Amino acid sequence: MNSLSRRKFLKITGATAGLVVAGSTLGGLVKKSNAYIDKKYENGKGVKKIPTFCDLCFWKCGSIAYVKNGELWKIEGNPEDPLSRGRLCPRGTGGPGAFRDPDRLKSPLIRKTERGQEQWVEVTWDEALSYIADKMNRIKTSFGPESMAYFVHGIGGNFIKHMMKAYGTPNISAPSFAQCRGPRDIGFRLTFGEDVGSPERMDIQNAKCLVLIGSHLGENMHNTQVQEFAEMNGAGGSIIVVDPRFSVAAGKAKYYLPIKPGTDIALLLAWMKVIVDENLFDKDYVDKYGFGFEQFKAEIQQYTPEWAYTETGIEPELIRTSAREMAKHKPATLIHSGRHTTWYGDDTQRSRAIALLNALMGSWGRKGGYYYPASMSVPNYPYPPYPKPEKGKVDNPGNTIYPFATEGHDTITNGVREATITGKPYPIKGWITYGTNLLYAMPNQDETLKAIQNLDLLVVVDVVPTELAGWADVVLPESVYLERFDDINVEFFKEPFVALRQPVMDSPNEQKPNWWIAKKLADKLGLGHYFPWNDIEEYIKYRMTAAGLSYDELKKKGIIKGAKQPIFFNEGINPEFPTPSGKIEFYSLQLAGLGHDPVPKFKKHKEPPPGFFRLIFGRSPVHTFSKTQNNKLLTEMQDENELWLNINIAKRLGVKSGDYVKLKNQDGVVSNKIKVKATERIRQDCVYMTHGFGHTSKKLRQAFLKGASDSQMITQYTVDPLMGGTGMNVNFVTLEL
Amino acid sequence: MARFGMVIDTKKCVGCMDCVVACKTENNVPEGFCRDWIATDSKGTFPNIQMQIRTERCNHCDSPPCVSCCPCGASHVHDLGGVVLVHHDKCSGCKACIAACPYDARFINPDGYADKCTFCIHRVEEGLNPACVSVCPTRCMYFGDLDDPNSEVSRLLNSRKNKALVPEAGTKPQIFYID
Repeated sequence: MNSLSRRKFLKITGATAGLVVAGSTLGGLVKKSNAYIDKKYENGKGVKKIPTFCDLCFWKCGSIAYVKNGELWKIEGNPEDPLSRGRLCPRGTGGPGAFRDPDRLKSPLIRKTERGQEQWVEVTWDEALSYIADKMNRIKTSFGPESMAYFVHGIGGNFIKHMMKAYGTPNISAPSFAQCRGPRDIGFRLTFGEDVGSPERMDIQNAKCLVLIGSHLGENMHNTQVQEFAEMNGAGGSIIVVDPRFSVAAGKAKYYLPIKPGTDIALLLAWMKVIVDENLFDKDYVDKYGFGFEQFKAEIQQYTPEWAYTETGIEPELIRTSAREMAKHKPATLIHSGRHTTWYGDDTQRSRAIALLNALMGSWGRKGGYYYPASMSVPNYPYPPYPKPEKGKVDNPGNTIYPFATEGHDTITNGVREATITGKPYPIKGWITYGTNLLYAMPNQDETLKAIQNLDLLVVVDVVPTELAGWADVVLPESVYLERFDDINVEFFKEPFVALRQPVMDSPNEQKPNWWIAKKLADKLGLGHYFPWNDIEEYIKYRMTAAGLSYDELKKKGIIKGAKQPIFFNEGINPEFPTPSGKIEFYSLQLAGLGHDPVPKFKKHKEPPPGFFRLIFGRSPVHTFSKTQNNKLLTEMQDENELWLNINIAKRLGVKSGDYVKLKNQDGVVSNKIKVKATERIRQDCVYMTHGFGHTSKKLRQAFLKGASDSQMITQYTVDPLMGGTGMNVNFVTLEL
Repeated sequence: MARFGMVIDTKKCVGCMDCVVACKTENNVPEGFCRDWIATDSKGTFPNIQMQIRTERCNHCDSPPCVSCCPCGASHVHDLGGVVLVHHDKCSGCKACIAACPYDARFINPDGYADKCTFCIHRVEEGLNPACVSVCPTRCMYFGDLDDPNSEVSRLLNSRKNKALVPEAGTKPQIFYID
């Protein structure tokens, strides 16, 4: 087709069209169209449908890839898949754009000049892996295996994680904890004894009232959640939105609470006081499952709606009315836990307040609330035991600094970075990163660059040349998800299932899948016995067989579901709460014992100085983090971010929608230019942009200098004393016209 | 005979643009163009704002000005479902239809002909919904036969308040919005 224009092609094929009568649900009146319907787009002959699961974000939606005459055509949702329910989000639909990206990494690269100058030598895989193994062996000899750290995002990183554990390091870290959902998981764990997990264990579908605090479903396309959100809203469900910005979700809300940024805890406390004072909570539930309710009740007495008004700017009557609205629908009132919750440094306590409000509604363990996830039992591959590291994790020695970022959780990224800079409690000399662009995922880029300067080895495994890749010693080009097997996804969800990612297309150049990279590198490190299988299909087959499941069926259908299991108390789930008291902890003795607030308290946060605006950021429905801005299918939908600015402020400053401005933050850092969106839809004290734009990697030709980078502006961060998360909504900017 | 149309529930639509991306991959719409798009209307002042988000495309009008103005006979009403289509090989690219359309639904394809939404007639003929309808994660779009009183689209129009876009243009659009 390349040399033949579409118009000519149509003329040629036109002669044979219009002859076939199709059987169809629309009945016998349906006839094939004439020549103007391009034959290329018909279903039928020459079309292969291959089930797999998506990697445009971490939701792992079941997908069906269509290959027509050997070319990738389109990707749809797998109707069998409980996550996608047969429908992908725009990013998943835009998956072909990731495959076709002309700027993809093509071959392994070794740095030939100074770090960051981006002068490379293309090498073979054997050369690249030998180089890495040699450096890793030297680090092990000089400093110990603990001095290698691994940063990972996504299921694709599993095999390198396994390799790193076999090598002997405990320092396996992910920004998804300390830069994202960590505070929430700890806050809920402190209250109910369990995490919210991913995908979040929320039954939005059956909720009668959904409360979103900063969560902007619809702009944030966590697929199942958005589907269920539309469903419950379409069915007349009540929605309450708390956000400084009139989000898409706010447009669907019965009550919109235009909160002053940083005051959410004040609102939550006042809501709870109203609900407790007016006896609107689920008393039986609280009596049966609650611990320390009376102390909690006494503690929140001071938080009147009138007090909260002075902090939040939300009218007392709106606080009361919205609290009563929640209570009206209990226990099917779901206060969304949020996901990206690293805002102000007291985020674990805010998440705990959200957990407590849910507890008052009795929504945990109930239909329309938080369910108990079901999963299938699929044994792990029987590897040899890992060596036990002599030194503990570097980020939080003895769990003393951040008492609740304990062993079960990911290592704190910023803790690893700090140790890399200071050499304390012991030096970190090598990083391997997989699928995460740390310069965009972590606050304060200077600190990340400073840490990198202390490394003897930085290996970046990715599909595109990210900014971080520009600083690497070795860049390893991975196959995109459409070209590879990954570990199977044994999901924890409303219904149990196991899903397969499998190749749809061949990798176009020298790219290799992560399992291959991990296995080959392990061989070079003398750790080959940790990879006793020959290829990943052998590994997957082993696990499937051990689970009593058919690998052939999995390959054919992409998904195998298990038997339905109870997920709510009334379906037979035993109401167990693995907290110290064995109950829902309204009052937390473990927090009190360590000198922290046993019931969340509101603390004032620093406010923007005169002339400055608080910078807040969020998600675009068509992009994921800083990963997709070079995907042409998606950049056609949005190729730059905008600066949301209250229209009255814009008038005062003399800027209008479409003008470009630069931002300057409190530390004098100036952004790339960004287009103004002057709008009624945001408060006057903050500005908003979607995350992930303003790329500075020249090799990302589509994304280069399109929009501004929030990450660059986030030089300040406030660390959560409970778990080490980095609150990032603490930066202030002015506009440079 | 069937009369195809759409009903779109703006209460459900979040404006995620999945319909736009899906149309592009399904129909191989050239870079820089799209056959459907998202419109957002908001009124009021902060924080008292009313907002409607909706997906838009060719309305496959019953009195299509793009057909009556076409000097080449390229724009035409298809015999199935009243769908408005363009014979690519008859089209001279004169843009009369673009000027005539009150919905700005058409563009000139780089190959020289007027291009627009086909209601994915190639899929409809296979018994499938148009791509945009079948991918929408919010299930806000309904496609079907408006002449069939038992179709989902007819039932929705009978039971819920609805309106079409720019009805004053008199083109009898066949896409209806409910909220």
